[in-house]
Amino acid sequence: MTGPVLAKTYPAPFVDRKEILRYMGCRGGRADEARKTDSALESMIDECLSELLPQLTYNVSYRQFTIYVDACNCNLSFMQTDSRALAGALAGCERLVVFAATIGLAPDRLISKYGCLSPARALCFQAIGAERIESLCASFNDDISFLLQQEGYFTRPRFSPGYGDFPLAAQKDIFRVLDCERRLGLSLNDSLLMSPSKSVTALIGAAAGEKPDCSRNAQNSCRTCDDRDCPFRR
Amino acid sequence: MTVLEYMKDHILYLDGGMGTLLQEAGLEPGELPERWNITHPEVVQQFNRAYFDAGSNVVNTNTFGANGLKFGDEELAAIIKAAVANARAARAASTGKQEKFIALDVGPCGKLLRPYGDLDFEEAVKLFSRVISLGAAEGVDLVMIETMNDSYETKAALLAARESCDLPVFVSNAYGQDGKLMTGASPAAMVAMLEGMGASAIGANCSLGPAQLAGVVDELLACASVPVLLKPNAGLPREENGRAVYDIAPADFARQMEEMISRGVRIAGGCCGTTPEYISQLVARTASARPLPLQEKNRTCVSSYTHAVCFGEKPLLIGERINPTGKKRFKQALLDNDMDYILQEGVRQQETGAQLLDVNVGLPDIDESAVLTEAVLQLQAVIDLPLQIDTADPQAMESALRRYNGKALINSVNGKEESMRAVFPLVKKYGGLVVALTLDENGIPATAAGRLAIARRILSVAAEYGLSHKDIVFDTLAMTISADNRAALATLDALEAIKKELGCHTLLGVSNISFGLPDREAINSAFFAMALERGLSAAIMNPFSSAMMKTYKSFCALKGLDENCSEYIAYASAFLQSSSPQNAASAGESSSALKRAVCKGLKEQAARETEALLASVAPLDIIQNEIIPALDVVGKGFEDKTVYLPQLLMSAEAAKASFAVIKDAVLKQGRAGESGAGAIVIATVRGDIHDIGKNIVKLLLENYGFTVIDLGKDIAPEKIAAAVTEHHAPLAGLSALMTTTVPAMAETISLLREQAPWCRIVVGGAVLNEDYAKKIGADKYAKDAMDTVRYAKELL
Repeated sequence: MTGPVLAKTYPAPFVDRKEILRYMGCRGGRADEARKTDSALESMIDECLSELLPQLTYNVSYRQFTIYVDACNCNLSFMQTDSRALAGALAGCERLVVFAATIGLAPDRLISKYGCLSPARALCFQAIGAERIESLCASFNDDISFLLQQEGYFTRPRFSPGYGDFPLAAQKDIFRVLDCERRLGLSLNDSLLMSPSKSVTALIGAAAGEKPDCSRNAQNSCRTCDDRDCPFRR
Repeated sequence: MTVLEYMKDHILYLDGGMGTLLQEAGLEPGELPERWNITHPEVVQQFNRAYFDAGSNVVNTNTFGANGLKFGDEELAAIIKAAVANARAARAASTGKQEKFIALDVGPCGKLLRPYGDLDFEEAVKLFSRVISLGAAEGVDLVMIETMNDSYETKAALLAARESCDLPVFVSNAYGQDGKLMTGASPAAMVAMLEGMGASAIGANCSLGPAQLAGVVDELLACASVPVLLKPNAGLPREENGRAVYDIAPADFARQMEEMISRGVRIAGGCCGTTPEYISQLVARTASARPLPLQEKNRTCVSSYTHAVCFGEKPLLIGERINPTGKKRFKQALLDNDMDYILQEGVRQQETGAQLLDVNVGLPDIDESAVLTEAVLQLQAVIDLPLQIDTADPQAMESALRRYNGKALINSVNGKEESMRAVFPLVKKYGGLVVALTLDENGIPATAAGRLAIARRILSVAAEYGLSHKDIVFDTLAMTISADNRAALATLDALEAIKKELGCHTLLGVSNISFGLPDREAINSAFFAMALERGLSAAIMNPFSSAMMKTYKSFCALKGLDENCSEYIAYASAFLQSSSPQNAASAGESSSALKRAVCKGLKEQAARETEALLASVAPLDIIQNEIIPALDVVGKGFEDKTVYLPQLLMSAEAAKASFAVIKDAVLKQGRAGESGAGAIVIATVRGDIHDIGKNIVKLLLENYGFTVIDLGKDIAPEKIAAAVTEHHAPLAGLSALMTTTVPAMAETISLLREQAPWCRIVVGGAVLNEDYAKKIGADKYAKDAMDTVRYAKELL
């Protein structure tokens, strides 16, 4: 099966300030307490948020495929790859959602503007942009998981070109099948990076059946899970 | 009959979607549809014909993505030839009785232009020129540039069309749900630019359904004096049994389009999801509709890559600070090619309320064409204000206009024959609003009547070039009253006469009026008020002057141009706050206050404290005893992980603000700046456009007194080697974020070893580590910015 290219525009996802701070490099040090009372930093983040947020759009383009995956080969129907990392991520999956998401060019402009005027702000816009695009991907992920769940599938974590041995060159294939240039205004440069830079392309595999019960594992992460034989272990 | 003749009193019907039809006929996902012109000509002809049969007056060739980035030149030529032949065959075979035309379809090239992508503007022009020349040679009736989501690429395509054929050109953009292009332009901004460059029709296509595009259509109709085109999608797609189904049915589509035609749309068709059935119902439903008459909107406006700014009732402020005349610091920045300084001046003017920015880089011994263009490119990358391109050199003017992303204000032309013959063709070709000075071969007339006469002549010559009074703003020339105490009166009389008798807008460089007098601001602001009251449309002025800003805000409030006086109140409260005594430094305790401001990262406060300290403390002592110790505290905190990166940067910026105050003071005293510890050349290597890390390193190095020559991002090895050699730099810093650009870093290092063997090389960036740095031959791997500072201190 090859589905049509579909599009979705999201309202602004909830802003996760902790994530923004994390992307700015504010976590895990002894500075946490001091940081909390640093009003200059907090007000800079507020100012950056109010400058950037109104300029963002949240767009996703996606498409479904039927796929055939074995231990070392993935036939994604629009492309083939022998990436082992991808084969692992898609193990047991019969369906695939390919998506591209973007929050637009505003973060690039502001990062560039403040690059020379205020590197602190440039860093802040960089962090907000990263948090925004991740939140958009999370929203889409929730939607698509819910949708597929109703059809009897559960989804695996998303996987992007450039992860492990899955080549960045797959960006070209994804761009082709999603018509990213036309539908989202994305473009690939000669180094296969996307403009706008706050964009993501990724694959979400879906396998038939019930999602494995991860509830025993409090942190909901494979790394801390005891079930070493789980077929979906990453 | 040509398409333009036909359009005069008919609705012009376009075709509908092609992609979906081809997919249903078997086009594989990801397969290039343009190849089907050659491999499946009968299918393409069948769909082209179906649209003609449905009543389309214009059918697009199947060439949306046909360009030199996707096809080799030979294949490209074959595709375009076949596509036009297919459309022709369809036209010949169609049973439709309507007038039929063939449009060469030109879509986006698929790459984003610099600075946010990597395609050069002139490269884009070349790509489009090739496609359009090929199409024109095959005999299409018009060019349809469509689905463009970037104003700059749209400009490149339209410019290419103007340069490579004489055909009518329709230009249509893809607007998002926010009513703007992906790169930020509003419909009004697009109309300003495209109309100025001679598009025959302007519109919107793709992205949404007709009703959802109503806001965009209304804005286009309100601004455009040329016909407006609408070619929307059949709503949004959803999936049904593996097929895309669009949510607006043909009958609803036709009804929604009828509404748009009744609002004034004159060119109508469909995009994604529409089929011949949609067009046929649209044509049937609107068969009796007559197009609304076109109205000349007479908008005198300019635009940036985001918005249009109109000359009208409310006067405009044009920031004059990007101009080296009388500014030592600015001259130095230009000679050093220090674009950061120019950008800072631009951003500060925007923050203080300028609505346009004048850009003048005229200096002897400078390649004005290159520097002006570079300044325009840099400014328009980060500042969304329209620019005034200010030069007396027609070559520099053309170079900057060509690259300008929008419709520029052009300063200037004058009544001299030579000036008009040089400037008007540029205005006509690139679009633009031109400032005309009321002087001619005989100089500046002393009387208002003399200046009015020159203005009339300028208008009549402009008309020969197809320019009208809305394309020209007159400058009646403020001359200093210290030489002639009636000079201001003549200027003001001429201004009022031009406004009333010619119906043209006016502009003045206000500050000239007080040349040679003491306390110039007093005279300037009084003259500004007088000119505003006589009807001045725009002033080139200093937005940092509070006297001028107060005059402007007060005038708008008094003149009924400021609802609830809200702008005045906002300005006045901000002004009062910034000058209130509790925020200013109190000299007694300021010694530790500066240190505290730097540690806490408070920029403004640091600058204020420094200013206060300078009254009693020597500049060098401030640096040694206040700033450096504060930086050391924060730097140590960062290494001990008690201070985070953004906090380190904010402190560094506060220190920089303090240094800037000291530097200005030193320059004013006529002393040379403190000599730095040595010049360091830094750059992000070729192919890499990430420069946050490099900018951080630069900031910190500067804090510690190093002179940094920042070459920017995506810099070729040769350029880096040349800069290191030129400055005999003892240290070069290279940054790369991506694995794909590490080879460029290695290449740069080996070139540096060859051409500048004395130079040490420090590298950094996300993909690097100690081993990697060694492998590519660097002297030092710096894990963060402080690490680089430490290395530089050891070395220099």
